[in-house]
Amino acid sequence: MSDPDRLSLHVPEPAVRPGGQPDFSNVKIPKAGSVPRPEIDVAPEEIRDLAYSIIRVLNRDGEAVGPWAGLLSDDELLAGLKHMMTLRAFDARMVMAQRQGKTSFYMQHLGEEAVSCAFRKALDKGDMNFPTYRQAGLLIADEYPMVEMMNQIFSNESDPLRGRQLPIMYSSKEHGFFTISGNLATQYVQAVGWAMASAIKNDTKIAAAWIGDGSTAESDFHSALVFASTYKAPVILNIVNNQWAISTFQGIARGGSGTFAARGLGFGIPALRVDGNDYLAVYAVAKWAAERARRNLGPTVIEYVTYRVGAHSTSDDPSAYRPKTESEAWPLGDPVLRLKKHLILRGAWSEERHTQAEAEIVDAVIQAQKQAEGHGTLHAGGRPSVRDIFEGVYAEMPPHIRRQRQKAGY
Amino acid sequence: MARMTMIEAVRSAMDVAMGRDDNVVVFGEDVGYFGGVFRCTQGLQAKYGKTRCFDAPISESGIVGTAIGMAAYGLKPCVEIQFADYMYPAYDQITQEAARIRYRSNGDFTCPIVLRMPTGGGIFGGQTHSQSPEALFTHVCGLKVVVPSNPYDAKGLLIASIEDPDPVMFLEPKRLYNGPFDGHHDRPVIPWSKHDLGEVPEGHYTIPIGKAEVRRKGSAVTVVAYGTMVHVALAAAEETGIDAEVIDLRSLLPLDLDAIVQSVEKTGRCVVVHEATLTSGFGGEIASLVQEHCFYHLEAPVVRVAGWDTPYPHAQEWDYFPGPARVGRALVEVMEA
Repeated sequence: MSDPDRLSLHVPEPAVRPGGQPDFSNVKIPKAGSVPRPEIDVAPEEIRDLAYSIIRVLNRDGEAVGPWAGLLSDDELLAGLKHMMTLRAFDARMVMAQRQGKTSFYMQHLGEEAVSCAFRKALDKGDMNFPTYRQAGLLIADEYPMVEMMNQIFSNESDPLRGRQLPIMYSSKEHGFFTISGNLATQYVQAVGWAMASAIKNDTKIAAAWIGDGSTAESDFHSALVFASTYKAPVILNIVNNQWAISTFQGIARGGSGTFAARGLGFGIPALRVDGNDYLAVYAVAKWAAERARRNLGPTVIEYVTYRVGAHSTSDDPSAYRPKTESEAWPLGDPVLRLKKHLILRGAWSEERHTQAEAEIVDAVIQAQKQAEGHGTLHAGGRPSVRDIFEGVYAEMPPHIRRQRQKAGY
Repeated sequence: MARMTMIEAVRSAMDVAMGRDDNVVVFGEDVGYFGGVFRCTQGLQAKYGKTRCFDAPISESGIVGTAIGMAAYGLKPCVEIQFADYMYPAYDQITQEAARIRYRSNGDFTCPIVLRMPTGGGIFGGQTHSQSPEALFTHVCGLKVVVPSNPYDAKGLLIASIEDPDPVMFLEPKRLYNGPFDGHHDRPVIPWSKHDLGEVPEGHYTIPIGKAEVRRKGSAVTVVAYGTMVHVALAAAEETGIDAEVIDLRSLLPLDLDAIVQSVEKTGRCVVVHEATLTSGFGGEIASLVQEHCFYHLEAPVVRVAGWDTPYPHAQEWDYFPGPARVGRALVEVMEA
């Protein structure tokens, strides 16, 4: 506001940079249980507040409170806890494997495990996710074999994708997991198309689109919302706001909009914001949106408020752009610890059982890794054939690719 | 058999495909109730209902992105991009998604979609309604690229494209919609009803993707062309009296290399013609393949005739369009070399 006669460009900045004290005072956190649970056929304009609040179930003491609580049994919650612990142990081993040169690249979920693990349980068999690169919990929670994931990560002779894809870009139609592109936001509008197809065929299946806070700036995000809104597609439009797009804080993509969820309001799509580190809240909100979609009531936007504790990928060093202790200051806590506390409070879990489960899970991950490594790793042992480069570009290999394959000696 | 314009042939292809397979859906800008700005989808919504043929928002990336999702579900979308010039917002979806889904998922998911798009100039469309972006597709592995030159081929190739298990870019030369335009813009339009290839079966038939057709047999020089330029090349051959063999590629990717090689080995000379800009155009690929495969048969350097390396102008359209005079000069040049 210096010279009133001259323009100046506004470039948003995060509250704090490396060396500073972490500050999340801008993240307004309502009390657990305080946000109402509307009927699924509510008119979007009646729940505009939900796009600016945060639906939470677990309170600071580990109790499940309010209208979104009470949906999951002890067994279901214990399974959820184990899925999150498995994903965390899997990540830790794979980050290490990358450091050891067994793969070129890895992306972990640390701090965000509840989002994909809980969401998966709200879907049915046959529904389809269009994920980004940080939703492996969708596979873990659907009991996709870890060894298959590792075969893909190691690009070995048993890699289901024959060495063609960057590590962690899984694909499993059987498990409702659309092939990950590695490109950003493209899958968001594809999910809407899949959902439209399900509606065209009078099917019962629904789709789930996934995107990160940063990629909501892509035009495909906005196209997806237009198409979902116009055709009332049976799709859940998930936005995982983990605060950071590599080194860029979420304010660069969010701009002047209050929240990412609020993007849905202009399209007439109900939009909810949820505590992404609260397994129970994620499940409850996802279930609400899934029921809406299945009842032909159309799309729902969900913003998961969470925090990316780890680096963006193994090629990233967050200490260059945010305070090292920022994750400890994150006000929504750790999803694994919060669910563990809740289960202990319910009398369904204990410290001892948790420690034992942790050891068992690490052991299972190590066993899977041994098995996968038996089929090779990126630079050692069994690997896909050079022939695999040329296969599968088309259903039928055209003459020019056949000539090139022969030239390559295969 | 019936007499059809290329518009009617394209419409008939979609009609036949939709009638045979419930999974075929048609959508795009203005294609539903109205039937498309070129009327290619007229009547399809009335016949098949508005969940099989419908209007889309003006968002090419949304149209192609949703088509990809529908194909992943199991449908066979045949969508219209209103003008080929409008495809750029969808280029990411086309090149990095549609083209690679089979490959990157090792066949777990596939992408059987068709993108129909009116292409080329000749209707005073200016720089944003006249482009020929085929080389931007032929450079992308995983796509098929088809450019018909007449109603009979348009129908057979479009049905083949819709039935194809991979993504097909189907470029419809808009100046050929109503007649076999040979570049003589100052003469009366010849309708398809007066042309052999305007004779089109009403039912189902296909023309294989990847097979070229010789439109004029000749011994002096091979002219490789596609779309509108096939008719321009035929006119140039007649007007110069040079005994050119005119090959209509029909499919650019995959390419019928054998047909080109066979002809050039016979004639020893080759002219490549397209309406798209010259530099890095598809003609460069043809010229290169011809020298790789036919070098010792060549009597003269391969010559390219193409649109100038400028945007497509409005008022000077006919100075830009590579008409029969320019193609004729190239024929003379290659014969005299």
